[in-house]
Amino acid sequence: MNEQNILIVRCGEVALKGMNKPYFERMLVDRIKKNLRAFDGVDVRRHEGLIFVRAEKNLDINAIIKEISKVFGVASISKAVEASSELNAIGDEAVRYMMNLIEERGIRTFKVEGKRADKTFPVKSPEIGRIIGAKVLVGCKVLKVDVHKPDVLLHVDVRSDRTYIYEGKIAGFGGLPLGTNGKGLTLLSGGIDSPVATWMMAKRGMLIEAVHFHSYPYTSQRAQEKVEDLARIVASYCGRFKMHVINLLPIQEQIVMNCPEEETTILVRRFMMRIAERIAKETGCMMLITGENLGQVASQTAEALVVTDASVSMPVMRPLIAMDKVDIMDKAQEIGTFETSIQPYEDCCTVFLPKHPTTKPKLERILQSESKLDVEGLIEAAVKSQEIVNIIPE
Amino acid sequence: MLIYLDNSSTTRQYDQVTDVMVQVMRDTYGNPSSLHSLGIAAEKKVREARKALAAVFGGTEEEIYFTSGGTESDNTVLSGAAEAKKHTGKKIIVSAVEHPAVLEPAKRLEEAGFEVEYIGVDRQCHLDMEQLRRALTKDTILISIMGVNNEAGTIMPVGEIARMKDEFNRVHGTNVWLHSDAVQALGKVPVSVKKEWCGVDFISASGHKIHGPKGIGALYAKKGLNLKPFMVGGGQERHMRSGTENTPGIIGFGLAAKIALDNFEDRRAAMTAARKHLLEGIKQEIPDVLINSPEDETCCPSVLNVSFMGTRGEVILHTLEQDGIFVSTGSACSSNKKGQSHVLTAMGLNDKEIESAVRFSFSEFNTVEEMDYVLDKVKRAVISFRKLGSFR
Repeated sequence: MNEQNILIVRCGEVALKGMNKPYFERMLVDRIKKNLRAFDGVDVRRHEGLIFVRAEKNLDINAIIKEISKVFGVASISKAVEASSELNAIGDEAVRYMMNLIEERGIRTFKVEGKRADKTFPVKSPEIGRIIGAKVLVGCKVLKVDVHKPDVLLHVDVRSDRTYIYEGKIAGFGGLPLGTNGKGLTLLSGGIDSPVATWMMAKRGMLIEAVHFHSYPYTSQRAQEKVEDLARIVASYCGRFKMHVINLLPIQEQIVMNCPEEETTILVRRFMMRIAERIAKETGCMMLITGENLGQVASQTAEALVVTDASVSMPVMRPLIAMDKVDIMDKAQEIGTFETSIQPYEDCCTVFLPKHPTTKPKLERILQSESKLDVEGLIEAAVKSQEIVNIIPE
Repeated sequence: MLIYLDNSSTTRQYDQVTDVMVQVMRDTYGNPSSLHSLGIAAEKKVREARKALAAVFGGTEEEIYFTSGGTESDNTVLSGAAEAKKHTGKKIIVSAVEHPAVLEPAKRLEEAGFEVEYIGVDRQCHLDMEQLRRALTKDTILISIMGVNNEAGTIMPVGEIARMKDEFNRVHGTNVWLHSDAVQALGKVPVSVKKEWCGVDFISASGHKIHGPKGIGALYAKKGLNLKPFMVGGGQERHMRSGTENTPGIIGFGLAAKIALDNFEDRRAAMTAARKHLLEGIKQEIPDVLINSPEDETCCPSVLNVSFMGTRGEVILHTLEQDGIFVSTGSACSSNKKGQSHVLTAMGLNDKEIESAVRFSFSEFNTVEEMDYVLDKVKRAVISFRKLGSFR
């Protein structure tokens, strides 16, 4: 026994989904398998409401854990050893397990938490704890029991065929397996916010497609490379996706030449949303996703958001809307996009930034400004000239 | 259409150079230090290259050391001179517009307790000779002034500085050394210590700025001056620069240097003609420009720096790139000042002038006909930017 490393993977909310449970679990197993595809000799399967990952001993178990923890829907992971479901065998394995911990971490106190998922097992849960605890005390002379603040809380999970022994849990991100909640089109810039927003929606099981706007030659190619780098980091969580790249320059030129300066940003935003909606419809996306955050900049005041929203009929998801900037930055650090986001390449040239942007735009006036433009024609041309980049995680 | 006007960044390697390097990599792969015939064959070719460089600098073979490039040569001189002369004096004089390969080691020496005086420049990047004269004291150990400034193209009066230094040494019985970073000057202005640059003690050069390979450079060091080596190890390059010789690089560099010297006048004439044509066209056809390079004979024919007021250099760069024209700028399109050129800043240009600066840098491959096309495209780029900007 225990010639392999065993990981117990728990699905958080997935367990709550009633009749859909098997479907969600299958999706989750699929995603875990996909993330572990680089490893030979890994077995992933569902069993009694848990997911078991068995990996050959020569594989880097920490790398495997890291990959699994990136899968949305995973609540936690534990490294376990197994024994046949028989008290003596469990006791022997528990002693061996604790001896290891004494050597590795110098633990001195413990407590056993017994549980029987198999109700036909003749010993009840509290009794399991006591019996195994006694065996550990005999087997590991240096250990004492501490029921309040043990160095190690040893779980003994007795199931019909096998029993699993583990301590500690490595937290996953939670959420829901990818592909269980439709597809959304995210507006990805090179900033801090939009990658986080994308990640958060993907975490709730949404598949991702992206659109990126630039103003080449008023912005540099390096700005687009930066966005692709960011997209690849996001893709390491949500899998490969397509990014539609659109040059906004012709539209920005028309706006700058025909509309009031202070409205430039909000007008450009409305064009971006319309173009995104068009692409979303063509690619089977049911929602738009943005990194907008209430009050962060002039185009994100309540008034501006209302005017932006009025340009499309598709629902616009703004998962960061009520977060504080510092919290968004923390999240970006956590998922690993922050360092790339703060590289200095701008994705909008200052020539298109008004000196005093309007913070309280009125829809009527904006519509009036837009009446000077061939809105439909400009959108059509922009969508037509799109390039598609395949974002493949490294 | 591809018109390469970024030759101060790097140049297209001569095909002959590529060919000879491939041949060396295939056949002459011996280690020049080896005793057998393969080693000797390599050593022989390295020697030919050394001779070519010696001819360029007007020095002898023993005065040429191969390095990994201009940066290493500069670092070797700055740190080596400081180490060798730390008991003689504490002062180092550099221009404010040197390449970072000189400024950064100077900064380090400053931190280590040396005094560094930075000589300023005027609007056209001409060195303040009066300040230099005053800066030169008995405590001075090294002066480092580049041959040609990489951004403005201004030719520095290195020969005149050498005479000033020699005179100072004679009068005061001192031994101040003079170094010149000739990375931009090589092949475009004369750098011979036998003639124009008489009295210069150390010269840095780089292969890839004269259509040679990247990753190879040279240091001319006057015989008898005991510079402390920067790289130590196997004792190659007569203990001045350890490390197995980069034979393909050295031999490619040697050939490029030979071509540069043999065709010196023709190459210069081609650059001068192209530059003149573009400069005149810009002045005639594009209003509101600022010529940042000198317009007289103090400018190297390889560089033309222009601010197109009311535009952003980087946008002009990207617009021209779409037309197959490659140039460089004085700053990155970024709101922070970090990206701004220290050279243009030292020349006294304001933020708007720096932001709109574009550098055209020429090689012998550029033609007058190309410049008509370039002028047309530059004009269009500037006009379209200004048109947008005028709404602001």
